Amino acid sequence: MLLVKLFFAFLWVGLFSVGGGYAAIPLIQDQIVNIHKLMTMEEFSDLVTVAEMTPGPISINSATFVGMRTSGLYGVLLCTIGCIIPSFCICLTLAYFYYKYRTVGGVQVVLGALRPAVVALIASAGASILMLGLFQAELPDIVPSNIRIVELGIFIVALVILRKYKASAITIIFGSGVVGTLVYGLMGAI
Amino acid sequence: MKKDYSKLWVLFKSMFVLSACTFGGGFVIVSLMKKKYVEELKWLEEDEMLDVTAITQSAPGPLPVNASVIIGYRIAGVAGSLTAILGTILPPMVIISVISLFYEQFRTNPYIATALQVMRAGVAAVIFDVVINLAGNVVRTGRLLYMTMMIVAFVATYLFGVSAMLIIFVCLGIGLADLYFVLKKNRTDAASKASKKKGRV
Repeated sequence: MLLVKLFFAFLWVGLFSVGGGYAAIPLIQDQIVNIHKLMTMEEFSDLVTVAEMTPGPISINSATFVGMRTSGLYGVLLCTIGCIIPSFCICLTLAYFYYKYRTVGGVQVVLGALRPAVVALIASAGASILMLGLFQAELPDIVPSNIRIVELGIFIVALVILRKYKASAITIIFGSGVVGTLVYGLMGAI
Repeated sequence: MKKDYSKLWVLFKSMFVLSACTFGGGFVIVSLMKKKYVEELKWLEEDEMLDVTAITQSAPGPLPVNASVIIGYRIAGVAGSLTAILGTILPPMVIISVISLFYEQFRTNPYIATALQVMRAGVAAVIFDVVINLAGNVVRTGRLLYMTMMIVAFVATYLFGVSAMLIIFVCLGIGLADLYFVLKKNRTDAASKASKKKGRV
């Protein structure tokens, strides 16, 4: 039965997509396109585009998109639930142990070494997005003369506002979207 | 750890808003969560948020969902986890359901494409704001080991594309080695104290 198939396909995706959103893409492709043949490869690449252009984790986006296209709202619910059950069980267990033992001295020493790594990972994600914003390219393909002045201006002003006035993240993100679209609109570049 | 069910609504609301506004990968939402739950609401400590991030990264599944399970658990136990998950998955579910029906119009609309492009500059600014605070704290620990690890990890992931999982596991190894030396030092300190005492007697 289709719904049961979908549920287990996404349960599998949720269980084995270790290491960030993009790790889930090949797994989803394998389950949905190759094994169960629920979508064509063209539909699947559409799915990746949509998932990248919209908010939310890529595997939840895919679960919703596949569910909606194959069997409507029930599909959406079952795919999404399948996708998050492994996360829920595993993280709840980890959270339980973390809060039970985190004040233990030894655990503190080990966690202390993980923190610089996490800061670096966040910084790296930030750098990638900044490059995409400023040059519309990822690292090896960046051409310095292609820099987009409007985005650079928005980035600097936004950072100053954040540091000085502690503005909320949501205000900054939507503010930059509105301001940038207006500027490009007035320049006649859209 | 005390549970506070009165925070459930705020928890749901904040997760919903964060999830609805998060473009880009999992670490983007972690920066936003840090800003919301550590700086604005003061529900979590900064170190705690970094630990939670490390845990979410090493568990399977989408990072934002993992993070909301743990933060929800911290605030109000299992009920908190479920509330936080619901807040996190509802926006993408609704948005994608709608888009999947109007996909062609959405993809070809130039205003939407421009807005999504310029928003990246804003997202980057938010992440850099958070990173400046976090890196400052690592420097303030005064440990050269941590500062070096931070820089090496950044170069490895950003310039050489080393996976986040690998970075976490290598640093876990360094942490365990660090623990071993700390324990060994404590033991020799204790032993030398004991022998001094003996000498005096």
